[in-house]
Order: sequence, then structure tokens, then C-alpha cells
Amino acid sequence: MYKTPDGKEIFVVDGHTHFWDGSPENQRNIHGKQFVDCFYAYHTALSPKDQLWPKEKFEKYTADDLYRDLFIEGPDDVAIVQSTYLKDFYKDGFNTIERNAEMAKRYPDRFIVNGSFDPRDGEKALEYIHFMKETYDIKGVKMYTAEWNGASRGWKLTDPQAYKCFELCEKLGIRNIHVHKGPTIIPLSKDAFDVHDVDHAATDFQNLNWIIEHCGLPRLDDFCWIAVQETNVYGGLAVALPFIHSRPRYFAEVIAELLFWLGPDKLLFGSDYAIWTPRWLVEKFWAFELPEDIARERGVELTSEVKEKILGLNAARLYDIDIAARKAAFAGSPSSVAAE
Amino acid sequence: MDTVSLTVDRRGELWARLAQVNDPELDEPVTEMGFVERAEVLQSGSVEVDFRLPTYWCSPNFAFLMLDGIREALDALTWAPAYTIRLHDHMFAEEINRGIAAGKSFSLIFDELSGDHDVETLRITFRMKAFKRRQEAVLLGLRRQGLTDCEILSMDLSSLDTARVGGEETEVQKVRYREAVMQRWPGRRGGDPAFVTWEGETIPSEALGAYLAGLRTLRINMEFNGALCRGLKTTRYKEMDVVDGEPTLVDFILDRVPPRECASRPARNLRR
Repeated sequence: MYKTPDGKEIFVVDGHTHFWDGSPENQRNIHGKQFVDCFYAYHTALSPKDQLWPKEKFEKYTADDLYRDLFIEGPDDVAIVQSTYLKDFYKDGFNTIERNAEMAKRYPDRFIVNGSFDPRDGEKALEYIHFMKETYDIKGVKMYTAEWNGASRGWKLTDPQAYKCFELCEKLGIRNIHVHKGPTIIPLSKDAFDVHDVDHAATDFQNLNWIIEHCGLPRLDDFCWIAVQETNVYGGLAVALPFIHSRPRYFAEVIAELLFWLGPDKLLFGSDYAIWTPRWLVEKFWAFELPEDIARERGVELTSEVKEKILGLNAARLYDIDIAARKAAFAGSPSSVAAE
Repeated sequence: MDTVSLTVDRRGELWARLAQVNDPELDEPVTEMGFVERAEVLQSGSVEVDFRLPTYWCSPNFAFLMLDGIREALDALTWAPAYTIRLHDHMFAEEINRGIAAGKSFSLIFDELSGDHDVETLRITFRMKAFKRRQEAVLLGLRRQGLTDCEILSMDLSSLDTARVGGEETEVQKVRYREAVMQRWPGRRGGDPAFVTWEGETIPSEALGAYLAGLRTLRINMEFNGALCRGLKTTRYKEMDVVDGEPTLVDFILDRVPPRECASRPARNLRR
């Protein structure tokens, strides 16, 4: 719960969090080291100085750290935990659904654990979707189209095998498909984070919600163009939001574009924990005002109502979260961390 | 001329040449971005350049175009030296360095790694982006000077040359925009229109707002990469430590990344 300076209580759903193990013990190879190093560079590059973590903690933090940062010191009410396997880089995976579910079970009301699959696994991917539904009753998945798999350096949402997986998701009621479309990484020329495949997938699967994490940045224009045509496409603000600290005017331009094209009902807050912690992000976002010239240029407003939607109401709608019931449950049993 | 001043002159020429190589996506010189970690003229006259990007995962496309730009810059040096270019700590460093060492052309190395994309197409895409980004800066600058959209769009290249566009940064962008126009249409003269689209079409004054909105999203994309790159470049190889009670980023491989002027870095055998 975020309490605003004038006492209003805001329900916060953190749409993008992780519980990873990037420690040297778990790294399979140099790519595993470079991957978590790159995350750490994001952390150090965009966090306020007083929010910096030591490298060792960043590589592998505890469940208690996460509870504290999200729910006790942080304003989150509910956190969506995304699974990212990266088994080519990490011996036990980076953050598998098993690891996430184990962490989440102490406070089941607080977490929504999402699964993940790799369509390139063929039949096994379909079996795995069944397994995740039966075992964890997942409501969503996180897709990482640039993930390496043997000789493959990425895949597309429109691959025939991917379509089979989405058909199954639809059938099983796994409705929320989070897709990482972020900074350019790999592979070489076919940009695995190109957003155009979203256009086709969202058209062909109208009953699924497509949440594009990082809003396709740095391909914001392509993303906005697609999102404006597809009613089931949403934007996740992870990575875009931290710019609010280091480059507020730039953040203003980004959020103004998103509000202009997508509107206030299609944007989801996400801290990308543990790259960033939610408290400072939510505080700064609540205090943020669009510069007058940018608001005028685009004809958009970032009012308290809009912020409240972005911080929680939109995600609650996608995940059928009963806000009143959750509030009552949290009031009865506050989270705590193990005694130190 | 004595050897010392010869070396100094050559070093100056080397850095000046390198400063003309742009990061294609950010449209900023690689030297400004701090990507050229070391550029050295040895006593023999041969040249060594060490190149390092902000992350291991930086798009190989961009790495490749920059390395190719550096190769061109070194080929243009007046004393035609032998040279070594090395890319460090990048996911494709080994392949690229091995290719260069084997004397393969950059386009060959690139084709082997990328399969279906040719460098020239990529280069044109980035030229287009640079053109638009510079053009936006100039257009906004002129608007800030109080010119109407109609006045701005009726300017020819000569009047643009004498027009004031605002602050120092915008003036720099004006010069770079001019270069981009001449690169795209080498035959253009002073009487030709100053502002047309990349496709060469005129922009009606009533459409300038919408046209600028298009340029703005392009800039937002480029700035996203720029801000990330700069941030990551600053913090790569650094970890948080507490110094005098303050959280501080400390370089954890101080001895591994020598500063730009340091000549003591051991060379590997990747000369051409």
C-alpha cells in the first residue's frame, strides 16, 4: 500500500519482479556472468545513489530481502513474479517457476507467479504448459524471445510452434502473456526484440492480453503504432520508469507518448526488482508532474487518477485481483521477515 | 621534424580521425562516448586501437558498423600505417577479432555472423536516423527563435547557413544536419530548400506538427539507447562500495582497464 503525502491509500501491483540466482556458483559460463553483470550495470546506472546494492547481494538475494523491499519497506500490495529460465547460462536456471513458487508460498496472497516456456522445445513445451497450469495454476507467462537455446539465438511470437503454445494457453485460461521487448541485445541482425511479431500474435489471439515489457524501447514508435491498433496490447513500464530519477524530462516525453497512443488504461507499473526497488520508483512517480510544454504538445495529463490506474488498477483488472478482499486480508496479517 | 613531435602530430591526426566515427544508433562520436579506450601511435608508426562497448550484449550490428568506421578512419591516415583494432569483452569479440586478424573484410565477417543482412542497408538506415534527429534539432531551434512554420519551411540552404538556431548544441546540430543533407544529395546548392523529408519530399507547413511528432519518437528511441549506453559505460566494471560512509561506485578492475593515455597495455597478436 502506498500512502500519498496527503494520506490517500494507493493499491500497488508490481507487474514485474524477479527472484533470481545469478551467483557465480550458479553460472554455467561466461554468458551467465555477463548477463547478471549487465543487470547490475542497469542497477548502478539508473538507481539513486542511496539505493545501490553490493554486487554480491545483487547476484543472489534472499526471500527475506525480497519481502522487505517489496512489502515492508516498499509499497507493493501484490507482486507478479516472472520466471526466466536461461538454462544455457545458469546451471539451475536464473529464476525458474519452482524457485519462484517456493519463495512465494509463505505469502500466497501477495504473489502471482508466472510461468515461462520455450516454443522451440516443441511437444515438451506443450507438456510443460500443462504441468505449470496443473501444479501452479498460472495465470500468465513471461516470454523471452531472445533466449538462447542450443544453436538458436532467438525466436518469434509468430513461429508456428509458438502459435501452438498460445492456443494451449488460451484453452487453459492462461491469459496474460508478458513479452520482453526491451533494449537491443541479441541476436545479430534479426533483432529478436523487434516488436512487429506482437502485431500478428495480438490480432490472432484476441482473448489473450499481450503485456509488452519495457514498451518495446528503443522501438517506442513501432510499439505505440501496434498498441493503438490492438485493444489487447499493454505496456509494462519496467526500465522506462527509472529514468524518472536520472532524466526526468526524458521520462516525461516517454510517458506522454504512451498516454497519447495507449491511454491510461493500458499501462502497468513494474519495478523490475531486483534491478530496482519499488519504493523510490513509486514515490517519485506519484510526485511527478508532466512539464507543461510536453503535456500541451501531446494533449495528455498525468493526474492522480491516471497514476492510480498505472500503479495497480490496470494490473488488478488483468489478473482478476479483488482489491477490497486483498486489502482486508493484508490488514489482518501483515507481512514480516524472519528474525535476523 | 623530430620523432617526438612527429608522434604527437600523428596522435592528433589519429584522434581527429577517430572523432569522425559515429555510434550509428546514437549519432554521436565514439570518442565522445568513451568507447575508444586506447589509441596509440607506436614508434614504428603503426597504430593500435582498443575498443570497448558499454555491455557484453551491445548489438553486434552497431559494434560492427563502428569497427568498420574505425577501419575507414585508419585507412585514411596520411602515413598509411599498419594497424590493429581490438574489440574487448563483447559476445562476438573473439569472432570479430579473429576475422580481422585473418585479414577478412569486415563485410565478410559480418555476413558470416549475420546471415541475411548487409552492412550497406544497415548503414543507410542509420544515416536516415541521423538525418532526422539533426533535422528535428534544427527545426525546433528555429521555432524557438520565433520563426513561423511557414517561414521555416520556405528557407533555402543559404538562408539556413546564416540563420541563428539557438544554443551552442543546436548550432553544432545545424552544421551536422548540413553535412547529412550534402551526404544524401551531393548536388544540392544554396538555392535548394533547407528542409525536405528523407525521401526528398517537401513538407507542407500545416503538416509540420505531425512531421515533428514522427521525428520526436525517433529521438526518444535514440535517446533511450544513448542514456543507457552512457550510464552503462560509466558503471561497467564498477561495484558499489561504501567510501567515507557514502555508497560509491568503485572500479573493481582498476588495473585491467588502463586510462586512454596509457601506452603500457600488452598487445596480442592480431595485427594486420
